Amino acid sequence: MNTTLQPKKNKTGSYIAIVCLVVLYAILFVLDNFVTGSSMLMLMTVLRKGAIYSLLCVSMNLLNGFTGLFSLGQAGFMLIGAYAYSIFSIPRDQHDTVYQYFGGGAIKFSIAEEIGKLLGENAGNWLGAIVAIIIAGVVAAIFAALIGIPVLRLKSDYLAIATLGFAEIIRAVFQWNGLGVITNGSNLLRKYPTFADMKIGSLSFATVFPFLIVTVCIGIIVLLINSSYGRAFKAIRDDEVAAEAMGISLFRHKMLSFIISSFFAGVGGALLAMFQTTVAATAFTTAMTYEILLMVVIGGIGSVSGSCIAAFLYIACNEWWLRFLDKGGIGSVSIPFFRDGFRKVVFSIVIMVIVLFFSKGIMGDKELSFTGLVNKLKKRKAARIEAAQAQEEVDAK
Amino acid sequence: MQEFFAANLPYLLSGISAGGQYALIAIGYTMVYGILRLINFAHGDVFMVAGLVMVYTTASLPMYISIPIVLIATVVLGFLIERAAYKPLRSAPRMSVMISAIGVSYLLQNCALYFTGGLAQTYPAIPFLSKSVVIFGATTKMVTVITPILTIVLVFVLVALIKYTKIGMAMRAVSKDFETSQLMGIKINSVISVTFVIGCFLAAVGSLLWFSNYQSIVPTSGSMPGLKAFVAAVFGGIGSIPGAVIGAFIIGICENIIKGVGLTTFSDAFTFVLLIIILLVKPTGIFGEKATDKV
Repeated sequence: MNTTLQPKKNKTGSYIAIVCLVVLYAILFVLDNFVTGSSMLMLMTVLRKGAIYSLLCVSMNLLNGFTGLFSLGQAGFMLIGAYAYSIFSIPRDQHDTVYQYFGGGAIKFSIAEEIGKLLGENAGNWLGAIVAIIIAGVVAAIFAALIGIPVLRLKSDYLAIATLGFAEIIRAVFQWNGLGVITNGSNLLRKYPTFADMKIGSLSFATVFPFLIVTVCIGIIVLLINSSYGRAFKAIRDDEVAAEAMGISLFRHKMLSFIISSFFAGVGGALLAMFQTTVAATAFTTAMTYEILLMVVIGGIGSVSGSCIAAFLYIACNEWWLRFLDKGGIGSVSIPFFRDGFRKVVFSIVIMVIVLFFSKGIMGDKELSFTGLVNKLKKRKAARIEAAQAQEEVDAK
Repeated sequence: MQEFFAANLPYLLSGISAGGQYALIAIGYTMVYGILRLINFAHGDVFMVAGLVMVYTTASLPMYISIPIVLIATVVLGFLIERAAYKPLRSAPRMSVMISAIGVSYLLQNCALYFTGGLAQTYPAIPFLSKSVVIFGATTKMVTVITPILTIVLVFVLVALIKYTKIGMAMRAVSKDFETSQLMGIKINSVISVTFVIGCFLAAVGSLLWFSNYQSIVPTSGSMPGLKAFVAAVFGGIGSIPGAVIGAFIIGICENIIKGVGLTTFSDAFTFVLLIIILLVKPTGIFGEKATDKV
């Protein structure tokens, strides 16, 4: 995950990164197809969800950490993405079941099927999913552009509360039965293609697929951050007035950052919809935004690799490693406070400790870098050689 | 006009009562924001915890003991939150304090989830408040009548406190200029603590009234009233107490009339639409002071 993150000044780093990614995909592919078992199921859940949340965290970090805009609208854009994906992907013959209260819905096609007709079913499945995901992002970005025009004029905490408000408005609108023919009102959307449908022949790509999408997206965000636009974002974060004085158009760059961040939030929402197999607007509450924000803080505000690490850690602890806290004890030993919900309490205390005492998070604003690692190793090697040479000289004398 | 009034009277009444309850919460937001420039995201959850404390104390204690316990416990909670979560970050950037507030809110909700086991708790009926009364032919609970009166009395007491006492003067000074008032020998920390204590006290009173109306408590039942109260505070002009009260009444009444018209889905969304409109048209709110940006 954390391999594509650094500006590649020398090529070694990028080669290592590419090799690592390929190895990662290969491992995931093997896990998808040839390893089974009940504990594997948990691992796969953590991997998929962790990948999706890394993307969501990085997209939030782009806005909050790199541009300094404290936005709390993430859940709203995720909702838009999730809905856009599922609305355009529900197969034609499932419309009547899904939209049973709204006469089969208004949108009478599925992207995957339309592409499938042209290029064959397999290509339809893959391309259809990818196109629908991109559409999900674009729809979220369009909403962001509309919302951004009024909202981005506001300063820090007013911006936070206004974006939070927009997320709530979007949630209400999507639950409204008046739009039921499109959004299915307050009912679930389901039966659309999920990760399990990502196959070639009998080979499953259920975990490789989200990782592919997520690495591409994060890669794009990293390229953006390292471009001149990214430097402008950081300048705005550090000092708005100074940035404006240097000729950076504040509104244009804020807007750009907001739209791009929302695009990837939409993509993340679409992936989350695929992961969950059903979508309901009620689930996209402010609590979801808070959770992502806390992950960003744990990873370090302004660090892409930190966000990824934190997302995986958070999901793994939440879904898997800390489960024993909810179960009344370890093995047969019962421990008094352990019951349902204790995991969350411990978790939130840990988060508070991080927020209060380790406000830099795991990575601060630094990045995990292969180039850096390589350089460090090289330096150490050089030092060793030098020491050896010095020793030889001494010996020669 | 008269017909409209007669048809909507129940909604209007519940709107006024909801408005009073929002006002009590909104004061906590507006005072804290006035002094610390912090949106105390945990305030709504403090309100929820006050409700839960009431549920648990009335299970074993009579009403006249448990109500004071609720008030005291909420005030202590507010004080502790300020000392533990906000005080260490006094010199940190505003974003960190806001994140800390979100963390506290997350913690309180999860603790509530743990103690209630995820089940909705039923709020005990306070005999005096739950009595039915008939006003202009509309039947409602006593709490509907009590809320606006109590709110207005409390607001007057609070305004007097801020205007005429020494600590009130200190509060005004601190909200004007944090650093200068420190130089003038005002003990910042105690002023901030008093602010939190007052805010939490009012939130506890608000929770007594609110949950007498809506009798079930879940861990998230504080977040929506909290957000709406914050919107009320922004609407009235953040930092201004009369503004927060008027904003809260407007939001409470509008929201309930929207419910009455049959657009219940949008009653929450309306509040935020109002927020965005006010932020665009007059960002400082109705009674807010104009803020100037300095480089």
